[in-house]
Amino acid sequence: MPLVEVSRLVKHFTRDAGLFRARTRVSAVDDVSFSIEQGETFGLVGESGSGKTTTGRCMLRLIEPSSGAVRFRGENVLDFSSRRLREARRDMQIVFQDPYSSLNPRMRARQIVEEPLIIHRLGSRAGRQERVAELFRLVGLNPVHLDRYPHQFSGGQRQRIGMARALALNPSFVILDEPVSALDVSVQAQVVNLLMDLQEQLKLTYLFIAHDLRLVEHICSRVAVMFLGKIVEIGRTSSLFVSPQHPYTRALLSAIPVPDPDAPRQRIVLDPASVDRHVVLREIAAGHWAAI
Amino acid sequence: MSPDPLLSVSHLTTVFDTPDGSVRAVDDVSFEIRAGETVGLVGESGSGKSVTALSIMRLVQPPGRIAGGSLSFKGRDLLTLDERTMRTVRGADITLIFQEPMTALNPVFRVGDQIAETLRVHGRASRREARTAAVDLLRAVRIPDAASRVNDYPHQLSGGMRQRVLIAMSLACQPSLVIADEPTTALDVTIQAEILDLLREMKSALHLSLLLITHDLGVIAETADRVAVMYAGRIVETGPVRAIFREPAHPYTRGLLASMPGGRPGRRLLAIDGSVPLLGALPPGCAFNPRCPDRFEPCTAAPPPDYVVGPERAAKCYLHDRQSAVRNPQSAMGTDATR
Repeated sequence: MPLVEVSRLVKHFTRDAGLFRARTRVSAVDDVSFSIEQGETFGLVGESGSGKTTTGRCMLRLIEPSSGAVRFRGENVLDFSSRRLREARRDMQIVFQDPYSSLNPRMRARQIVEEPLIIHRLGSRAGRQERVAELFRLVGLNPVHLDRYPHQFSGGQRQRIGMARALALNPSFVILDEPVSALDVSVQAQVVNLLMDLQEQLKLTYLFIAHDLRLVEHICSRVAVMFLGKIVEIGRTSSLFVSPQHPYTRALLSAIPVPDPDAPRQRIVLDPASVDRHVVLREIAAGHWAAI
Repeated sequence: MSPDPLLSVSHLTTVFDTPDGSVRAVDDVSFEIRAGETVGLVGESGSGKSVTALSIMRLVQPPGRIAGGSLSFKGRDLLTLDERTMRTVRGADITLIFQEPMTALNPVFRVGDQIAETLRVHGRASRREARTAAVDLLRAVRIPDAASRVNDYPHQLSGGMRQRVLIAMSLACQPSLVIADEPTTALDVTIQAEILDLLREMKSALHLSLLLITHDLGVIAETADRVAVMYAGRIVETGPVRAIFREPAHPYTRGLLASMPGGRPGRRLLAIDGSVPLLGALPPGCAFNPRCPDRFEPCTAAPPPDYVVGPERAAKCYLHDRQSAVRNPQSAMGTDATR
């Protein structure tokens, strides 16, 4: 049984009617289905507006989906009461893209990491302090700096704090929403390594939401490509990157700038008219599906 | 022998005066741009690459100020021009494309009028001519249906289209040098590819020189002829793009290239330790030394000078000390005199 199974997830946003405008409905996530196996890193890629972030947030019900199901260990998270959901969230966490805006600037690092433990009433005061220091070491930070405020840390360190907070409740599933794209190039690799180490050490399952395809190719075992709210291709990373089938995936892969001046450049430009949004996914090769 | 460079930046130093003393955002920077070439200026946030661009345009605002050096453009030093003369160069002969196309355009004016204004300010066209020229420019940067798009306001255009408008505006007065500061960073990768293609095409069609500022080594590899790598306000390495990617001479450049995802999937990446230093608190000696795997005694004593490391190549690293040290980075950038 997969750890997480998303089926037919839909999220509409409605835009109210204006003086000269009729009420409109936008399908940010449009009938999205995929499953994530225990211990794997599943990549969700797409450009801005493709619905990848909304999908991630709907899975934790940070945004309420319009319809569909999100099964976590076989149970539909969308059916949970708010009390039950709070319990479930101990096991499913999220790390946000921007470590500059996702940490409360008025809280010390210690409080940021401790807060989830307090909310879930875990441990004694002393026990929590010990756990916070342990988490700090786990993500490669020095507990001596626990009383600093976020602005006293570098971007990479802030993302480590975000990770420590996410791991405070011992989750098994973590959604990483563009975890390194706001960081300096020279520190991205450190944080990527940390994420890979933590996964191995704590047997974590990741949903890795990203637009950096080189990075996705490196760390994800399977990947889904989203385009205008739909998954247009899904499969093992090795298969999908070597033989992309959907015209959008081909265009996307050919657009990545390669850090090699002698690499052959063959730009494939997407003709939006060539994409029929109503085509359903079909299996091209074992485990590799494309909407063509 | 290479022809005279179009722009020759020498010993440029730009400081920001803060209550805690002045900070060198651009520290003794020298490089040159020849006619028709693309120079890539790579660096991370805070490396001084954008301040370098603003300094060339003489747009540094207080508390920042240009504290020294010279900017020789077509034979005259831009730093000695009076503001009035500088204004005839800025936006006409040297233009700047900003990163964020939404903030660089004025939201309350039609894009066509904004392009037309550039032409009229520089006396290149009358009101009516400017209007026609704006449509032609939009067509040149391949905005579909240019004749009606010229009447759009910036918010009616997508990010990629807005960046095309900015490119059109920067080309309006037929500049000889275009500085593009992270022109594609805010854009999606497919749009980025289109904009880079457009810049390349415009460059060869109009015989421009391009200074492309970016943190993305992939963009550099695809676009630049020569590269200058900045770290903590200094240019630590310069050279032809192939040479730099094949055989980086500075440990920072080497580290950046090695840390990129690649190789066998799932393998740990070769990360550079530590983080980018704050300009106000630079370590003594080479600013990269605390993060450098090759650090040895001289690195913490004094900032390294430029060493010639190959044809048209220089690196500020004591590892190259055994080769002939060159104090003047200007000559290190040229083909002659140094070999």
